[in-house]
Amino acid sequence: MLQQLFKFKGGVKPDTNKTPSVQLPIGIAPLPALLIVPLHQSIGGMPNPLVEAGQRVLKGQRIGGPDKWVSSAVHAPTSGTVLAVEERIAAHPSGLPTLSVVIEPDGRDEWIERTPLDHTALEPERVREILRDSGVVGLGGAVFPSHAKLAPAKSVPMEDLVINGAECEPYMTCDDMLMRERPEEIVRGIGIFRDLLQPQRVLIGIEDNKPEAVAAMQAAVHRLGESYAVVAVPTRYPAGGAKQLIRVLTGKEVPASKRSPEMGVQCFNVATAYTAWRAIAHGEPVLSRIVTLTGNVEQPRNWEVLLGTPLKDLVALGQPRPDTNRYLMGGPMMGFEMPSLEAPIVKASNCIIAGSPALFPPAPPEMPCIRCGACAEACPHELQPFEMYWFSRAKNFGKTQEYNIFDCIECGCCSYVCPSRIPLVQYFRFAKSEIWSRERDKNMADAAKARFELRNERDEREKAEKAARLAKAAAAKAAEKKAAPEAGKETAAADSPVDAEAAKKAAIAAAMERARVQREGAQPKNTDGLTVAQRKEIAEIEARRVPLQPEQQTAFDAENAENAEAQSSRREKQ
Amino acid sequence: MNFNTPPYLTQNVSVQHVMLQVLAALLPGIAVYVWLIGPVVVVQIAITTAASLLAEAFMLRLLNKPLGLFLGDGSAIVTAWLIALAFPPLAPWWLLVVGALFAIIVAKHLYGGLGQNPFNPAMIAFAVCIVSFPALMSQWPPVDLPSGVLDHLALVFGYSPRIDAMSGATPLDTLKTALKLGDGSASVASVMADAHTYGYFAGKGWEWVGAAYLLGGLWLWQRRIISWHAPAGFVGGMALLAGGLWLWNPGQFANPVFHLFSGGSMLGAWFIVTDPVSGCTTVKGKLIFGLAAGALAYVIRVFGGYPDGVAFAVLLLNICVPLIDLYTQPPIFGMKGKP
Ligand code: SF4
Ligand code: SF4
Repeated sequence: MLQQLFKFKGGVKPDTNKTPSVQLPIGIAPLPALLIVPLHQSIGGMPNPLVEAGQRVLKGQRIGGPDKWVSSAVHAPTSGTVLAVEERIAAHPSGLPTLSVVIEPDGRDEWIERTPLDHTALEPERVREILRDSGVVGLGGAVFPSHAKLAPAKSVPMEDLVINGAECEPYMTCDDMLMRERPEEIVRGIGIFRDLLQPQRVLIGIEDNKPEAVAAMQAAVHRLGESYAVVAVPTRYPAGGAKQLIRVLTGKEVPASKRSPEMGVQCFNVATAYTAWRAIAHGEPVLSRIVTLTGNVEQPRNWEVLLGTPLKDLVALGQPRPDTNRYLMGGPMMGFEMPSLEAPIVKASNCIIAGSPALFPPAPPEMPCIRCGACAEACPHELQPFEMYWFSRAKNFGKTQEYNIFDCIECGCCSYVCPSRIPLVQYFRFAKSEIWSRERDKNMADAAKARFELRNERDEREKAEKAARLAKAAAAKAAEKKAAPEAGKETAAADSPVDAEAAKKAAIAAAMERARVQREGAQPKNTDGLTVAQRKEIAEIEARRVPLQPEQQTAFDAENAENAEAQSSRREKQ
Repeated sequence: MNFNTPPYLTQNVSVQHVMLQVLAALLPGIAVYVWLIGPVVVVQIAITTAASLLAEAFMLRLLNKPLGLFLGDGSAIVTAWLIALAFPPLAPWWLLVVGALFAIIVAKHLYGGLGQNPFNPAMIAFAVCIVSFPALMSQWPPVDLPSGVLDHLALVFGYSPRIDAMSGATPLDTLKTALKLGDGSASVASVMADAHTYGYFAGKGWEWVGAAYLLGGLWLWQRRIISWHAPAGFVGGMALLAGGLWLWNPGQFANPVFHLFSGGSMLGAWFIVTDPVSGCTTVKGKLIFGLAAGALAYVIRVFGGYPDGVAFAVLLLNICVPLIDLYTQPPIFGMKGKP
């Protein structure tokens, strides 16, 4: 392939440990006794539950409706009965519960009616809707709703569509096996993305430690008469980070502050392309995914697993060895420890690694930073991790931002190389979440201030109105007196100057008050405008992050969904 | 902090691992040094190491830090070896102990311990001792020292008087003195014609010590323990200045190769300016640090009152590190060519 490759700085080369799990073809995991399907499985709005306990559902039936544009539907992975819609432990390091639909399969695997469609005959808008309603999200791990990434930027021509088959995390082979076994459907799925985005070229990047996948994809591209370039990229973690792969294939560096379409490029994972094709051409929503089960197990292998399958049912297939003490979801570089064997497999679960003290020894004691700079050299975003570490530790969060902490993709390269074994990523997450919560507190304080001002204003208005009423009453009284000059001459003589005076004063005060209120009304208070926007932002952000924090917390600093996408595409791995 | 967090994989490296490699890289230089001067060098290294470790242990205990963890990290040994190699080989034992104590207690631990010291501890030791005991710190034995190891030890432990024959000046100092004090007729060429003191390209014998340090340094670079920037800067800075003056007046200024292989140049270039803790961290910063240190060391040793300038140059630059780092921050991913 005469494709010019670019380099990204930094990166590390851990042992890949991929061979054990590619010895067997993808297996179909058996139907578990119970499925626990979390409603919130993607970035964006929390889908609304569409079913209730006791209801019978069919395979592929929508059980969670997308909440807004950046959100994605969730479906029943098989037919059966809904036992409950309740909070269940999530596949998340926090172990916090999340609203889930618990389904007891009936074993019949009865489908809803499926309508195969030809995307070329559909409006692009309709294709995006179908993708959203089929629950197609980034399966590389970032789970950003794919339809929201399928609109080209208006001002910038779409130059490159990058398809991510790099799969740089050690141990992980789900994309590798998918490319080996189902390359044609991937290539067809890429066709959907291409037709929606109309890029000038399509580049499929695969790390060169997967020659079988490269060959299979090349053959499929050729068979289907496409002109996509299948490019073997040097194996170096995190070559599968969206930004790194874009850099390697196109030479473009998408900064943290930009979305990739603004630079004429977009990136999707191979498994996402596969599900997009199944969704459109077969009418099958995303009900399962390929999961690598490896590590400390007798039988490492890739399985096609129904979403919602409890971890314990999956790991049983691999026969974990007795000294297994934990299970990691995702790779060993960016993954996390599953909080419980009851936690379900979700769309983000690309890999489950059984860990043992021998495989992942406990971290050695942390030493002080010796400023050796190894971390900076390894950082693919060319940051200065030790400076960020220093200021995170000192809780000087402003400084961490000066050192671009929000450009950190938490890839772990810095921690990997640090001779002082400092859990740098941990410090960065801490600093980021501190910054977010402070920001939130500040926004809340602003909102409270605005409320206070609003109340003050109301009080003033009421006072003014009262003064106006008083003035009116006084004026009326004066008029009355004028109307009956004879009758009340004496009293008038005694009262009238005082009354007239008071009425005049009150009238002036009322007028001034009115003018002031008017003036203030005319001048838009910038705190008001800000607060509304900020409140909305907080609400949106909260909606996004609460169920999935802190993994998806990177979305917080994004002001809107579009930025969130930029963020998540950074996190899109493998 | 919670250690049970990603990444679950780490490279098999540690501070100890880094320090041990630095020590290993010093071995060729030490070997040549022993060949040149005698086993007394090893004794001096042992004395300094023992003093440093004791001081380290004392301070760790005093500051309530985990003893086993930090004593084993090797950083105190590196400091000790650098002190022993920077001091005159026949310096009295207590001078080395004073240096070691000062380096570990004041320059390292009072500034916060491992990783926190703004100044290079070994250079602090050197500077403090040369200011306090200028005579003792300037006595360098001639290489064809007639006496044996017992005589050396007697000198070190103070049993015999420090006679002049045993304690001369470095080739660097000899040259400077000859050029300065002479009647003006002395030129670099005439001074260096003395085969007794001068070898192929620098001080007789000493040049090979320098070459061995260079070898060790290159090995460290090849092992990626150090980056090439600071050493290249140092060599470049010194060579530029020395080369310029030498081209201008070869009679009064020695050539750059002589300077690079004399005094503390090679030790400084590969083992001192590369100290990560007290040095710059950015690529540009390291280059600037090295360049300035090399040039300054040259200026001090040629025009200043001290026989060598590496220590003062490095310490001066240590002060500037935060500033240099601040102004040499590299652009991050996606922000190149943008403000
Ligand atoms: S790798 Fe570790 S010890 Fe080295 S500079 Fe970075 S944080 Fe400090
Ligand atoms: S985790 Fe962040 S700071 Fe560390 S190497 Fe990755 S991007 Fe750089």
